[in-house]
Amino acid sequence: MQTLRPRAARPTVLPGFGRSGRPVVVRRPATGRLASPPTVLWLPALFVVALALLPLGYLVVRAAEAGPLFWETVLREKTARVVLNSALLAAAVAGSTALLAVPLAWLTTRTDLPGRRVWGSLAVLPIVVPSYVGALAVVAAFGPRGSLQGVLEPLGVDRLPSIYGFSGTWLTLTLFTYPYVLLAVRAALQGIDPALAEAARGLGHGPWRVFASTTLPQLRPSIAGGALLAALYALGDFGVPTLLRYDAFTRAVFVQYRSAMDRSAAAVLALLLVAVTVGLILVESRLRGSATLHRIGSGAARSPRPVPLGRWKAPAVAFCALTVALALGLPLLVLGGWLVQAARSGTTFDDLGIAAVHSLSLGAWTAIAATAASLPIALLAVRFPGRWGMLAERVSVLGYALPGIVVALAFVALGVRTPFHQTLALLVVAYAVRFLPEAVAANRLSLLQINPRLEEAARGLGATVVAAVRRVTVPLARPGLLAGASLVLLTTMKELPVTLLLSPTGYDTLATRIWTAANDAAFGQAAAPALLLVAVSAVPTLLLATRERPRA
Amino acid sequence: MIRPLARSVPAAPTDRELGAAASHPDLSGEMPLALHCTGLFKRYGALAPVAGLDLDAHRGELLALLGPSGCGKTTTLRLIAGFEEPDSGRIEVGGRVVADLGPGRRRCDPPERRRVGMVFQDYALFPHLSVARNVSFGLPRGGRGESDRRVAAALSAVGMAGMGERMPDQLSGGQQQRVALARALAPNPDLILLDEPFSNLDAELRAAVREEVREILRGAGATAVLVTHDQEEALSLADRVAVMWGGAIVQAGPPEELYHRPVSRAVAAFVGDAQFLPGEANGRRVATVLGDLPVHGQATGAVEVMLRPEALRLAPAQGPASGNGRVLSRLFYGHDQLLTVRLDSGQTLRVRVGAYGGIRPDSRVVVGVRGAVLTFPR
Repeated sequence: MQTLRPRAARPTVLPGFGRSGRPVVVRRPATGRLASPPTVLWLPALFVVALALLPLGYLVVRAAEAGPLFWETVLREKTARVVLNSALLAAAVAGSTALLAVPLAWLTTRTDLPGRRVWGSLAVLPIVVPSYVGALAVVAAFGPRGSLQGVLEPLGVDRLPSIYGFSGTWLTLTLFTYPYVLLAVRAALQGIDPALAEAARGLGHGPWRVFASTTLPQLRPSIAGGALLAALYALGDFGVPTLLRYDAFTRAVFVQYRSAMDRSAAAVLALLLVAVTVGLILVESRLRGSATLHRIGSGAARSPRPVPLGRWKAPAVAFCALTVALALGLPLLVLGGWLVQAARSGTTFDDLGIAAVHSLSLGAWTAIAATAASLPIALLAVRFPGRWGMLAERVSVLGYALPGIVVALAFVALGVRTPFHQTLALLVVAYAVRFLPEAVAANRLSLLQINPRLEEAARGLGATVVAAVRRVTVPLARPGLLAGASLVLLTTMKELPVTLLLSPTGYDTLATRIWTAANDAAFGQAAAPALLLVAVSAVPTLLLATRERPRA
Repeated sequence: MIRPLARSVPAAPTDRELGAAASHPDLSGEMPLALHCTGLFKRYGALAPVAGLDLDAHRGELLALLGPSGCGKTTTLRLIAGFEEPDSGRIEVGGRVVADLGPGRRRCDPPERRRVGMVFQDYALFPHLSVARNVSFGLPRGGRGESDRRVAAALSAVGMAGMGERMPDQLSGGQQQRVALARALAPNPDLILLDEPFSNLDAELRAAVREEVREILRGAGATAVLVTHDQEEALSLADRVAVMWGGAIVQAGPPEELYHRPVSRAVAAFVGDAQFLPGEANGRRVATVLGDLPVHGQATGAVEVMLRPEALRLAPAQGPASGNGRVLSRLFYGHDQLLTVRLDSGQTLRVRVGAYGGIRPDSRVVVGVRGAVLTFPR
């Protein structure tokens, strides 16, 4: 008999992307849907979608106003260079994160690596380090007159290859985005039936050949999906290229906007950035094709026997240790060192509490706003598949194509003309638009687990659509909704470009504190807020990472 | 396609041999029907699970909607409840029009305004609410005392008094079923719909729960439409059975009428165990390999004669050369037995006879027919 127990939605690797790293497309049978969605659902959904399309609309209008300047900007030699720079960076990050994450995933799930559970958790943790904090640590360690040079100086090395530019940006983004790929690949690995590998062994293939011939092809979609996320992150990231002085797209947009105060040119560049991002998503989906719609079953029947590493054990441990040391140990060590220095020199952290409260309350408001705004869209997508489901799907993907700097720019420009200029309300709306796709995807997954018959039962007992949602759907989806909201809260607190451009003057958050301190080279003052941010982020991330393990 | 018998009335079980619905007085003028559906159509792309359906249910009756899997029964129920919108057609519940769609007519009330209670196949109890809160879900808010009283009454009506504080996951399948029923009955709807209500129960429990459900519905004086693909369930439980086929009702009537006077060979084969022998009819009699048999009504020409296993008689043959068939196999059930007989003319017939009588496989037998037979044109 089927029991209708509310199950906590199992958060996926990343919202909108399934455990395999594929965008989640769920089809339901034709029965169980009304012919047309009720107005109380589609009207708010339409409003939210319109709001979400606002930044894109602004860019298009602005770029159109540019007139001849449009082509001038697009065809400028400098533009071509930043496009190339960003594309190169995205491709390099996609490749390096995959190379790093696939062995890590395999080692921590399928082998007898000593302490593999611990390595598994540690290897995911760098996801809590905001990439701009990571960039600071990389500069501190490998930059001119950095720690590494200090260590090497007695050995006669007085010059290191410069960390600024492509190599540093690449290294930093790889170190702090590979966990996305790791999570996707690990989830896929756990879903693969071990019997396949055993069958291949039984047919006389050695362990390496088995990995290459049976496991790797099955992992390909999740690797591609995870690498796409890393590439999109690299393309849209603002903090790292700016701190490491790499002439990437986002930096160019910001510079154009800030220094020249040239809104039209900035809009044209931003639009171009959106186009490149959309192109990347299209290329990936084309490469994936329709043939390999990777589906993870309800989990492997039993766990496979771990592959013995033999003499490779030591190098494997060294590989894990080095990765964790660079991606997790390094930033913590650097930040800790700065904190100690700052404390010694008598820096006070009095107003740190205020910034933390600001960050937290902004995050909480955004979480509430994004969850509320995403609910009608998610409900439509789940209960009225087809045209409406497509819409929600599109909005989700579109959100990934809109880098934070683009959203920020659009809302700054729109806000100036309204009474909301320089208000927290505008900031929260911009955040909510930015993280709407995350919220939609997370909430959709939790709503999918609710039997539609329950809503119908409520309707049959006289409840209106709204009452049925309020009295049945929301209480049942609560665990999943809370998980989605905490994800939004976390990402909002880490968010940089929207915060920088839209925070009311004098309204400090942890993120702006770190940024200001870093720009003033006052690293001691960046340390405390950065550590606080990492600590706060770690809690929900650890929860997500541990819950992703399939249950027996 | 045959239209359902327009205004047949359930009332008292009719005489076995005369399932004549036409002899009942027309009551529809005095009291509105609890359910009156006309010309319902519903399409999904190329599929049309409901195509020209007419269905009536009278006040206080238990109507079974019987049909093979995928014949559109559940879709019909969902159209009546308002979970789906028909492409065209009209639905009246308790004399009120709740849906009326067609050229120039676009009325379709939402489910919450139809006063129709639904018991789902998987019960769909709200897992986050206690039994009492499940039952009170459909009751008007405010007036706590009144609501509590009605919840208690509904729970005791289904034999669940005092279990109000339990959570749904602490209940057995049969108990969940009863809570679902209490929840649907509590707001006192004009019509209760039950979608395959016993399919989630194991066979032993099913018989007992069926009885219970019928008594509960009777006790509440509720009008109920029950969807099932199990003909035994439909025949034993319902006051009236409507057989659905290809999206429309092919026959509706009391169980006896349906069983003894199916309107087509297909209905005969679907409802109960039917077997057919060819024959040549000649007015009131038909010539078959089993002899010259009396016919219900009139028939002429080449026909098929319907024979239910229990309508056949079996006697041991007098000698190895006499008789008209040989027993192939025997299934002994205790209360009766089913013998398979091969007639000398080649056909095989199933014959249900009492538990006594030492007819064994391989013995020669005489197969005869009790009473008049029903014929269908060949």
